[in-house]
Amino acid sequence: MKKSLALLALFVVLPWALEAADSLFYVSFASRVMIYALAATSLNLVLGYGGMISFGHAAFVGTGAYVAGILVAEGTTSAWIAWPAGVAAAAAMAALIGALSLRTRGVYFIMITLAFAQMMFYLVNSMKAYGGDEGLTLAQRADPGFDLGNEVAFYQVVLFFLAGTLYGLHRLAHSRFGRAIAAIRENEERAESIGFPAQRFKLACFVIAGAAGGLAGVLLASHGKYVNPNILHWTQSGTLMIMVILGGVGRLWGGVLGAALLLGLEHVIADYPVGWLAALAPNYQQHAGLGVGIVLLTVVLFAPQGIAGLLARRDA
Amino acid sequence: MLELKGLRKHFGGVAATNDVSLEVVAGEVHAVIGPNGAGKTTLIGQIAGSLAPDKGEIFFEGRRITALAAHERVHAGLARSYQIASIFRRFSVLDNLAAAVQARSGSSFSFWRPLAAERVLFDEARSLLAELGLSGKEAQLAGALSHGEQRALEVGLALATQPRLVLLDEPMAGMGPEESRRMLELIARVRSRVTVLLVEHDMDAVFRLADRISVLVDGRVIATGAPAAIRANAEVRKAYLGDEVAS
Repeated sequence: MKKSLALLALFVVLPWALEAADSLFYVSFASRVMIYALAATSLNLVLGYGGMISFGHAAFVGTGAYVAGILVAEGTTSAWIAWPAGVAAAAAMAALIGALSLRTRGVYFIMITLAFAQMMFYLVNSMKAYGGDEGLTLAQRADPGFDLGNEVAFYQVVLFFLAGTLYGLHRLAHSRFGRAIAAIRENEERAESIGFPAQRFKLACFVIAGAAGGLAGVLLASHGKYVNPNILHWTQSGTLMIMVILGGVGRLWGGVLGAALLLGLEHVIADYPVGWLAALAPNYQQHAGLGVGIVLLTVVLFAPQGIAGLLARRDA
Repeated sequence: MLELKGLRKHFGGVAATNDVSLEVVAGEVHAVIGPNGAGKTTLIGQIAGSLAPDKGEIFFEGRRITALAAHERVHAGLARSYQIASIFRRFSVLDNLAAAVQARSGSSFSFWRPLAAERVLFDEARSLLAELGLSGKEAQLAGALSHGEQRALEVGLALATQPRLVLLDEPMAGMGPEESRRMLELIARVRSRVTVLLVEHDMDAVFRLADRISVLVDGRVIATGAPAAIRANAEVRKAYLGDEVAS
């Protein structure tokens, strides 16, 4: 707890330091990483804590982004309306998708969540009134009553939501509910036969995660003042899943570490050319995925508990 | 207390349960015996609610429970143990029992308050732990327990829900003599507070514990009665007990 608070203090101060060093780009980049960290953390709740392999988490991030984005585009610019609306819509979507897909298990669950997310991807692609496949450009970020156009202010808002979500997940994991979903993940039939209504717990877990994913979505829309239909594409669900696996499945910091590592890696590969590598493979920088793949393979083979597991082992 | 009326369950063309009617009286230990494949575990599954019967009715304390889900039956006072230990292997022994106590007591849709602060829950789990003979192992991972200890924990999970009727599916399967004796003692101890439906192959244990015995052969109950009557029943001897009892 002390460590976490120290870390939080560090991250509160960070953007001013970056601003002083004239690196406003990195303030914005850090906001983006934190939004993805939030999205990956929400997926980790379903995947790691709940043991449900959902391959459609982008649907909830996308629902939050589109609902908040459309509200802002239509003139409801108040963040106090647009953001809760986006989160509520994502939760409702998760309730609907969850209620239908949680009837299935294993590979069927993976496929049905994927199918729902893809349906939504095609739906927003055909919404010509809101940009269709070109995406929805917003005139401004949502307005919470202070200037969110300021990168540092936006960063602090994102940090606030990420820290709040992590603390909430920590509390949840150690609550009665957390124990119940852990029992269901470990042995669903046994959990039922000691009296836990497994389906209800799983659905609740799915909806909470969907809402948190929606929160990441509304922030993402404001961050870039733009919503691209690709945030609903299945590869986006896959990216979130890779972040969780990299960071640590079922670990509190898994989503954060995974998002930081993946986005950091992509950035370094794309923006910092390595001379000899460029001489060998001239356009390697357009294929950041290869580098990411190598890192993912290394982590899966040598640190199956992810980066968080590795750090925890060193601590112990 | 428990009444089965004309229960039927088919798997493909095989009748695993074929028109089973049975009554368990409150306070008794009612044993169900029968050769392998007689449909004993299938019967337990239907009573506990993990399998839906094709036909027939189940009444528990006068209430029709045929359509209740497994978790609802637990809350009605009916719990089961499994033939192959079904425990939370990556939980500690104490957490296994505490989870079962938690499932019974109060809502678990509580997202904020730390579970660790609920002393009552863990105190109850600890006293059950002692009764199971697992004291000193509370912090151990359940998956690391010996076979016999896992079986004891398995029965403990059912007891932690404080059932009025407990279904025990071969609690002594695969146990050595010493472990069997301990399990026998445990069942003998708990029978004063809970009615027991016992499926068991260990005839020695069955005849020592049971007030009444039902014999299941090919999905049918061919006889029900006191141990002495079952021992003497010609049809039962022919179908199942055979030389084991005759000698």
